[in-house]
Amino acid sequence: MYKATVIVKRRPKILDPEGKAVEQGAKLLGFNNVKKTRIGKYIEFFVETNDKTVAEKEVREYSEKLLSNPIMEDFEFTLEEVK
Amino acid sequence: MKPKFGVVVFPGSNCDHDAYFAVKKILGFQSEFLWHKEKDLKGSDVIILPGGFSYGDYLRTGAIARFSPIMESVYKFAENGGIVIGICNGFQILLELGLLPGVMMKNESLKFVCKDVYLRIESNNNIFTKSVHQKVLKIPVAHGDGNYFADETTLNELEANNQVLFRYVSPEGNVEDGFNPNGSLNNIAGIINKKKNVMGLMPHPERCCDPILGNTDGALLFNSVAENYLS
Repeated sequence: MYKATVIVKRRPKILDPEGKAVEQGAKLLGFNNVKKTRIGKYIEFFVETNDKTVAEKEVREYSEKLLSNPIMEDFEFTLEEVK
Repeated sequence: MKPKFGVVVFPGSNCDHDAYFAVKKILGFQSEFLWHKEKDLKGSDVIILPGGFSYGDYLRTGAIARFSPIMESVYKFAENGGIVIGICNGFQILLELGLLPGVMMKNESLKFVCKDVYLRIESNNNIFTKSVHQKVLKIPVAHGDGNYFADETTLNELEANNQVLFRYVSPEGNVEDGFNPNGSLNNIAGIINKKKNVMGLMPHPERCCDPILGNTDGALLFNSVAENYLS
C-alpha cells in the first residue's frame, strides 16, 4: 500500500487573495520579513496496491481530474510505501 | 408549446426551489426536480443547474457535483443541442464540467457579496436574450466565488465569438471597476458556449421573477428561452 501526499498550488500568475489577506495578518503580528504568502491545499490518502507504477498513475489521474483544476492550479505529489 | 424545465438537485443546492417556483408557479411552465443521482432528464427541454453549495463547495466550487451521475446525461444533452442554464453554483459546475470555459475564483474582496447588480446584455443573438429588449437588467448576486478567470487566449476567443453575454455595469450601462462585485476579468457576469445552447451566469434571475418582490427582470430571460427554445 502507498500513502500519497498531494499538494495543490495556485499557478504563480494567478492572484491569491487569501494569501494576501493572511499576509496582512503576518504584518500585524510583526513578521515583516514574510513575503509572497500563497495558500494551497494539502491532501493525503492511501492507494491500495503494491505496484508503484499503478499507484503513481492513479494519483496523477485523481489529481488531474478532481483534486486540481489545471486552469488555475498545479499539483505535485509524493508516494511513500507503507506496510 | 411551452418548454419543460428540469431543475437538478444536488446535495447542498439551495436555490433549486426558487428556480422551480419561478418557472412553474410564476411563469407557468412545466417543471420537475431531477435528483443528481438519477440519469433520466425526464423529457426536459431546458435543464437548470441551480445555485447553492453543492457538496459543500469542498475542494473547489462545483468540482465534485460535476461528477454526479446526472451530469453525464446533462453533458450529452448539451452536446446534442439541449438547453442548459447554470446559475451561480450551476455556472461553477458548468465550468468544472467543461461545457463552458474558464474557472471561478474567490471574490477579489474575499467577501461574500449579496446585492442587486446591473448587467448589460452584450448580445441578443441567442435564445437566452433574443426576446429581451432591455439593454440593462437589475438582478441580484449572492456568491463568494464569482471572480471569473480564463487564460488570455480563452478570454480573447470568448470576446471575439460574442460569448460574453452579461457584464457587470453601472445602472447606466457603463463597464466600470466600481460596479464589478467580484473582480471578474472584463466584468464578466455570464457567458454562453459557442453553439449558444449553454448559458452560465453568476446573478440569480430566479430571484427576481415574482412581481411581489418588486423586480421581474429575471423573468425576461426565462421567457426568452421559452419563446425561442424551439428555434
